[in-house]
Amino acid sequence: MSTYDNNMALTGEPPKALNTGQKLATLVGMIGLGILTLNLFNLEFPNSGLWLTISLAAIFVGVVWFSKAAYGHKSKGIKNDGVWFKSMSSRGVLAWMAGIALTGFYIVLYFYPQYLGLVKDGENTGVIALFDPLSKMLSGNPASQWFVYGTLYTVAILAFGIKFMWKYRHNSYEKIRTVSVMFFQTAFAFIIPEIMARLNGDLPYYDLKNMWPLNYYNFERYRVNGFIDAGDVGMAMLLFGIASIFIISPILTYKFGKRWYCSWVCGCGGLAETAGDAFRQLSDKSKSAWQIERWVVHSVVVFVTLMTTAVVYSYLGNDTSKYWLTKSTFLLGVGTILTLVFAWVMIYKRQELQKDAKYGAIGYFVVIITLIGLHFFSGEGNIFIFKSETLRTTYSFLIGSIFSGVIGTGFYPIFGNRVWCRFGCPMAAILGFQQRLFSKFRITTNGGQCISCGNCSTYCEMGIDVRAYAQKGENIVRSSCVGCGICSAVCPRGVLKLENGPLEGRINPTEVLLGNDPDLMALVNNK
Amino acid sequence: MEHIVIIGNGIAGVTAARHIRKNSDKKITIISAETDYFFSRTALMYVYMGHMKFEHTQPYENWFWKKNRIELVKGYVDQVNHTSKKLVLSNKSEVAYDKLIIAVGSKPNKFGWPGQGLEGVQGLYHKQDLENLEKNAPNNKVCKRAVIVGGGLIGIELAEMLVTRNIPVTFLVRETSFWNGVLPKGESQMINEHILEHHIDLRLDTNLVEIIADENGRAKAVTTDKGDTIECNVVGLTAGVSPNVAFLKDSGIELGRGVKVNRYLETNIPDIYAIGDCAEQHEAIGNRRPVEAVWYTGRMMGETVAHTICGNKRQYDPGHWFNSAKFLDIEYQTYGWVFSERNMKETEQHFHWRHPNEKLCITMAYCHKTQKFLGINTFGIRMRHEIFDRWLTEERDIHYVMEHLKDANFDPEFYAQYEEEIVASYNSELGTSILPKKKSWKRIFERI
Repeated sequence: MSTYDNNMALTGEPPKALNTGQKLATLVGMIGLGILTLNLFNLEFPNSGLWLTISLAAIFVGVVWFSKAAYGHKSKGIKNDGVWFKSMSSRGVLAWMAGIALTGFYIVLYFYPQYLGLVKDGENTGVIALFDPLSKMLSGNPASQWFVYGTLYTVAILAFGIKFMWKYRHNSYEKIRTVSVMFFQTAFAFIIPEIMARLNGDLPYYDLKNMWPLNYYNFERYRVNGFIDAGDVGMAMLLFGIASIFIISPILTYKFGKRWYCSWVCGCGGLAETAGDAFRQLSDKSKSAWQIERWVVHSVVVFVTLMTTAVVYSYLGNDTSKYWLTKSTFLLGVGTILTLVFAWVMIYKRQELQKDAKYGAIGYFVVIITLIGLHFFSGEGNIFIFKSETLRTTYSFLIGSIFSGVIGTGFYPIFGNRVWCRFGCPMAAILGFQQRLFSKFRITTNGGQCISCGNCSTYCEMGIDVRAYAQKGENIVRSSCVGCGICSAVCPRGVLKLENGPLEGRINPTEVLLGNDPDLMALVNNK
Repeated sequence: MEHIVIIGNGIAGVTAARHIRKNSDKKITIISAETDYFFSRTALMYVYMGHMKFEHTQPYENWFWKKNRIELVKGYVDQVNHTSKKLVLSNKSEVAYDKLIIAVGSKPNKFGWPGQGLEGVQGLYHKQDLENLEKNAPNNKVCKRAVIVGGGLIGIELAEMLVTRNIPVTFLVRETSFWNGVLPKGESQMINEHILEHHIDLRLDTNLVEIIADENGRAKAVTTDKGDTIECNVVGLTAGVSPNVAFLKDSGIELGRGVKVNRYLETNIPDIYAIGDCAEQHEAIGNRRPVEAVWYTGRMMGETVAHTICGNKRQYDPGHWFNSAKFLDIEYQTYGWVFSERNMKETEQHFHWRHPNEKLCITMAYCHKTQKFLGINTFGIRMRHEIFDRWLTEERDIHYVMEHLKDANFDPEFYAQYEEEIVASYNSELGTSILPKKKSWKRIFERI
């Protein structure tokens, strides 16, 4: 293998170079980014509204033009030529530079927004000031670092979404799915919350598609108070937030798998599928990575559950006459729900879980029950053995900022585009748990047609070794699958199909691959 | 403990090893000179095209072999001595076996063309061929044009590969239309068009006469039987493959084109079996060829021989024929038998449908006397293997297949569906009035 790779390097120039159109498009996009950078250094432009428009338009046009130059002249079909020869998509120098730049951006965004020009109680400067006109137009307020981020995020999903649709223009599933993520990002994440803020200043910023535990802060005291104070609309939003977790998402996940959220609606997924598409092949497919994934992501679920319980507990009262939900009823409620879920899994689905998942479930269940038990032995202001505020800030720092932003997106060009979704997102883990145990969704393997080529595994952004199932004729029923559909698209032999079908026959153990007629009686007699 | 030695780490040999391990505790050794670990031969093209790295073509991680106690030996077997039950490797070391499985695969055909041994002339089968191609044709400066000789599945793959590096390709095809010894003419014609769409210089009905050397002994041009001389730096020989069995010539093992085996995949020598591309059935099974150089049949033979070796003697009993390929952007699947006009039986009748603008078509074969459905070729539309396998077993007629065609569709969700048009076209051609039924999960999951 190594000698072969050396040959590749020795034979000289990479066979993939940019064509003229792509070069010009890159120039246009870079001018757009350049305007933002100049503002970053406080080189302020007189007419910020105009310059912001020019900058965003240049970025958008640059990306779209690049896509046209890359795919427009080619026939419909899979466009992965040279992916592993390009520096950007194969962890080359460009990839590392992009990774470092993105990571740096996230660190500044989360921890040092003043360098972007955020001024508390005064006029913004720098890049943030550049976005003030747009923000004032939408919500009436000056821009914040989050508004800047949200705008760029939306532009990225829209521009790279068009690129993705161009690339997969033969594939209706991919096109429709991409229109969906573009719509949910633009409307639900970007425009509606801003307009709601304009109409009703008391409402907390709420991206309606963003449900707990992805928005781990949704049930914090200031937000719940905000919802309640905002009257009927606020109450409706609070109830919607609760219903999304316990009613809406289980039903949709049962019918369609977790893809309805992860690759059709979610903003993190939206960015990963569009701007991150060029990096999907970088995910780690090894078995050890899968083991780490299961432990880490489920630990995050436990963490977020404990943290939220603690936070809600901390502001509830003890007096039933004031409010029906008291500290102890709340804890009992959480304990009951967890116990019901746990009992259901252990009674009905035990045989479907692999050994370690079973141990994991038992372990975590014991931890939660123990901690809840500890409550009865801990004093006021404390919950379990920690201060709730400590749990909250730790979670927000480690998971909310470092994991989902700095590592999750900043490291796209190194670890692939779904690092956060795979290793960190508690929402994905909960939906995945349902998908694995209680859903009609599966990826069907087409009989014995697999040739073990490995395209499916290579291009699985979640690091699932799809081929390991397909070559045995087994359907793929995995909790981590986000249903992006790319395995099915890149399969050269039409072996994989994402579908929602009856529960019976969803998992199909096969003794002998289709095509080989076994002497069934002889097989049975010898068992 | 019984020692099973397998020569060859391709799909046949490795499948045999895996199933022997699954069913027994025997000692297993795989010997290969090609690579350290099993890889998917069908995926070599994607490495050159930059879709994958070579390591991605390896279906099992490197720890797999040790964990499953499958010993891997890198070496070339020179001799098989069945009286002493020993193998002699080219480094003179010896390996003793109790049972031997020969799974050595194929080598590209060379038909004695003048110049076929020159530098820059190569096939595409082994990993070494890929490495040679990387040297011979890294880009269009080193390789200004490539000529491919032989219009089959490997030929069109090689053309696709070279095109991704912007290397001009001339494709010499002996037949009057691409692969029309296998494909019916409508399909073959559609692929001709698709090849031209990709700017490949397709020359039908053209044979290679000679490969001309430059002063360094490298290929610099070819001449054809049409009197043309085509300058090129690489000549790809892709006129089929044949069993790689020369090393067995004096071993006492009966050879024909390949290693002769019976239905139990046993050779004439006890305790020696042959599977995969290199095995040749004494008598062809059904419509199959005696030597089947196909991924799927290699895998099936591996499964079968493993059961036999583990004491559950089993015949190689392949079910209904199926196969697949991809011609540039067009996927191809086949279930049952659809013969080309050249090889068609008297009773075989075809129904052909082609989309007016997209590169999509299907051909169904049926018996014109009994209306029995015989097989389907499908291009650009994916079909369910299990459904067609069941219909073939149940000996359904073409009418039934048309009526239930929606059950068989395997295209991704939201794809345009063409069953209505296909059935309408069948109705108007045959004067029938079949109404296609809605897709039914109940029928799809029915057990026979």
